[in-house]
Amino acid sequence: MDDLLADFLTETSESLAELDVALVKLEQTPDDHATLSQIFRLVHTIKGTCGFLGLPRLERVAHAGENVLGKLRDRQLSATPGIITAILAGLDRIKAIVGGLAETGEEPAGDDTALIAALNEAAAGHAHAPLAAAPEPPAAPEPPPAVAESAKPASPASAGPSPAAPPAASSAAPAAEAAEPAVAGQTIRVGVDVLEHLMTLVSELVLTRNQLLQLARSQENAALAVPLQRLSHITSDLQEGVMKTRMQPISNAWNKLPRLVRDLSHELAKKIELVMIGADTELDRQVLELIKDPLTHMVRNSGDHGLETPAERLAAGKPETGRITLNAFHEGGHIIIEIADDGRGLPLDRIRAKILKQGLASEADLAAMSENEVQRFIFHAGFSTASVVTAVSGRGVGMDVVKTNIERIGGTIELKSVAGQGTTFTIKIPLTLAIVSALIVQSGGERFAIPQISVVELVHAKAGAADGQPAIERINETPVLRLRDRLLPLVALNDLLRLSGDAANVSTETPRYIVVVQVGANTLGIIVDRVFDTEEIVVKPVAPILRHLTLFSGNTILGDGSVIMILDPNGIARAAGIGAVGESRQIAAASVEAASSGEKTAMLLFRAGSSEPKAVPLGLVARLEDIPRERIELASGGLVTQYRGKLMPLVAMDGGASESERQSVLVFSDRGRAMGLMVDEIVDVVDAELSIQLSATRPGVLGTAVVAGRATDVIDIGFWLTQAFEDWFRGTEEGAPLAAARVLVVEDSAFFRQLLVPTLTAAGYRATAVGSAAAALKLRDAGQRFEAIVSDIEMPDMDGFAFVRTLRAGGTWSALPIIALSGRAGAEDVEAGRDAGFTDYVVKFERDALLTSLRQCLAPPVAA
Amino acid sequence: MTQAVLERPNHATGGAVRPPEAAGDEEAVFVTLTLADQLCGVPVLSVRDILGQQSITRIPLAPPEIAGSLNLRGRIVTAIDLRQRLRLPPAPPETVPMSVVAEQRGELYALLVDQVSEVLSLPASSFERNPPTLPPVWAAHSAGIYRLKERLMVVLDVARLLAITADRP
Repeated sequence: MDDLLADFLTETSESLAELDVALVKLEQTPDDHATLSQIFRLVHTIKGTCGFLGLPRLERVAHAGENVLGKLRDRQLSATPGIITAILAGLDRIKAIVGGLAETGEEPAGDDTALIAALNEAAAGHAHAPLAAAPEPPAAPEPPPAVAESAKPASPASAGPSPAAPPAASSAAPAAEAAEPAVAGQTIRVGVDVLEHLMTLVSELVLTRNQLLQLARSQENAALAVPLQRLSHITSDLQEGVMKTRMQPISNAWNKLPRLVRDLSHELAKKIELVMIGADTELDRQVLELIKDPLTHMVRNSGDHGLETPAERLAAGKPETGRITLNAFHEGGHIIIEIADDGRGLPLDRIRAKILKQGLASEADLAAMSENEVQRFIFHAGFSTASVVTAVSGRGVGMDVVKTNIERIGGTIELKSVAGQGTTFTIKIPLTLAIVSALIVQSGGERFAIPQISVVELVHAKAGAADGQPAIERINETPVLRLRDRLLPLVALNDLLRLSGDAANVSTETPRYIVVVQVGANTLGIIVDRVFDTEEIVVKPVAPILRHLTLFSGNTILGDGSVIMILDPNGIARAAGIGAVGESRQIAAASVEAASSGEKTAMLLFRAGSSEPKAVPLGLVARLEDIPRERIELASGGLVTQYRGKLMPLVAMDGGASESERQSVLVFSDRGRAMGLMVDEIVDVVDAELSIQLSATRPGVLGTAVVAGRATDVIDIGFWLTQAFEDWFRGTEEGAPLAAARVLVVEDSAFFRQLLVPTLTAAGYRATAVGSAAAALKLRDAGQRFEAIVSDIEMPDMDGFAFVRTLRAGGTWSALPIIALSGRAGAEDVEAGRDAGFTDYVVKFERDALLTSLRQCLAPPVAA
Repeated sequence: MTQAVLERPNHATGGAVRPPEAAGDEEAVFVTLTLADQLCGVPVLSVRDILGQQSITRIPLAPPEIAGSLNLRGRIVTAIDLRQRLRLPPAPPETVPMSVVAEQRGELYALLVDQVSEVLSLPASSFERNPPTLPPVWAAHSAGIYRLKERLMVVLDVARLLAITADRP
């Protein structure tokens, strides 16, 4: 007997036991809708599962029973004793068949036509006279004789034509009983509370063991040492064993699915491929049990409703084979399970129509709802958009059950659906009981656990650069670490947790440990005082009165019995201001490494205010001037100088106005206006491969980059220009009508992205930046709208040419003006760009040219 | 000093108001404890455990009245410093705090007190409502007063003691 069947039998025996109780309850309280729904779901599950296991006889009986129950649930029938008897007879038959299954592994042969006819009669006979049948006793007795008749001959009938299977057919009841020991031999079902209790006892045992060990160490008693050692080992093994009983890989819930999908594809005549990622992600046993059925339902739904037939797929330009992807992974104290299909997406119109039909919302409500809100109605009880009820799904059990089950374990379910592209369900389950490996660190005299999964590496660093050793440097007061030519933002755990401890008197010269953690796309260093060992911990949620502390994801008890808080790297990053920025920045961060794809930029290095060098792209600087001190004058509250016959405002950067005779000024000019930025000293011009690795929170600074081997602030010119002229980018004649135009910037280099976005924003556009063509296409598919696109040419994966060709090929963005942005602007480059479908071609950094081009591209509708 | 405040209004009201539920000769059983020399009581049914001194893990950023968490036979218990909670001065250093463990909505909390003494069975007839002049912090966490022979016992309302909000200053 295969595992699948064994599981089915175990489950079904449980369901049947539940059904007996529920049906009797229903007989007493026929109007109890909750009980009815429960019964219906149980029978539906039995029917659904046996369909896939190739148990036609069982399926037929269950289907007939389900029909009657469906009518009951929809209040087309009332639960009269007669009907209940009919259903109970059906259940007895199911039990008999299941009993036979357990014994031989095959369905016993038999004839159920009479029983099914009786059930159908019960379903159909009363369907004509709904409700009327309920109060009238004469109507009720009608079906029982039919059932009784059919039930009686059924048993002999099953024995009659099939002498091959006498044990199953001889008697239903003994067979069902015989099934139980056979099934029970494989697994024992243990209540989770029993396991919890065991776990508690083991924890206490560990504590006692540790105390004993400590005593033994101080007493040096050899006679005691050996048995104690053994006790210690056994305790550890026991602890591990008990912990293991609760953890199972998610593949245990998935291993039924390939078969299910295979059968599904046969049944529905669709080609379906099932991809499973992260099958070894471990889940708490209880959690696993609870998500098993929801997952099965959802995969079934994806196959049935989500995926199109091969012909439809081919017509839509998709590969013939539809794909269902399951992906499980740990993320920030949660387990995420994604169920994605690349099918047709949720039918919004049909959902809307159904909402109206069922009176779940008014037309006005609907109009005000976002697409996602409408889509979420599929989680309502009794909601199914499938027009035909098939054996697979479409009865309106399913998504509401899925949602209920997931919420019962404190999880959430989200869905995302794009018409024609598929639907993705994301289930997020708290890691409440899961065991994780954690690094134990100390800070301010307290110990903390950091989930090992987010720890990238450990660095032992000294303050002040030593030869070849990683060193903590400071930009203003902010510590950073130069690690393999990249800058790593650092946070001191002491400061973050406001732990004074010994941190106050530790000088910066003391060696410190830095735990490098990965949070989403960002990397971050956490400065701690000490690093201990890694330990397997059971994450427990913190008390409700501490839930607001987002820096902690839970707490746990260590092997030595002490309580320890578990740090949440996500929370730390948020508290440190990393990852709190908008989505475009996150996309930017993700592609930082790709961004340094060999593009070198001439940077002007200068000093202003502090000794750290600052940098600005040379291309943005109009001229460098050295102005005698006496030519700087004070006018209308600001510093100005006469420059080429006009007054030029001067802006001091970080106290950059020096007392020396001459003042170094960087001149920026634009459309006939100029401003000067006063700096202390112009240092150098270097060609540097630029990637901004730290985005600053200070105004006027774009971020920090390694330039010529030193941590350097790259200044945000847009900010300083507006310091001189508030309307620097706006006051021009053409500006106004285009003010709200939305521009998408596609640029793999984080640096240029961060330069372009403020520039465009300052010019009155609403700029959004993404780091790759793929990210841009995602925005398009998400239904975002833009008036123009500015795209880089040289990008990894999909370059600008391919990108523009893709856009022009179709979709909502096919007619947008698209401006190419490139380092090369030879005649043939421009030609190639226009051929590919770019509207215009602009050399990188020519801000004027870009703004002019944008204006021209966006002008026609205004002019026409 | 606290006691003086408590006693004065008691003489004034002289047992005039009696809660309806306290009528009759039913007795209620309390675990008595001391906080800055004030005798307090917690209904015995809400007490899960009495603990001696424990090693408590501090919780950074937590509200000040949360002393930390401790391990009670494999369960994590949040320790509440009742002196902090009731705005009393910190305990003198020689005090060895004890704790009374109470359960609320499935979570265990250890209430740190100066001393846990005996279990008393008190007649409902000696129960008084809070005198209206009781300081607000006490009034907010007291369910009433019992008149004992020697002294007065404040009945602590465990649920309200545990209703610590994050944003309280």
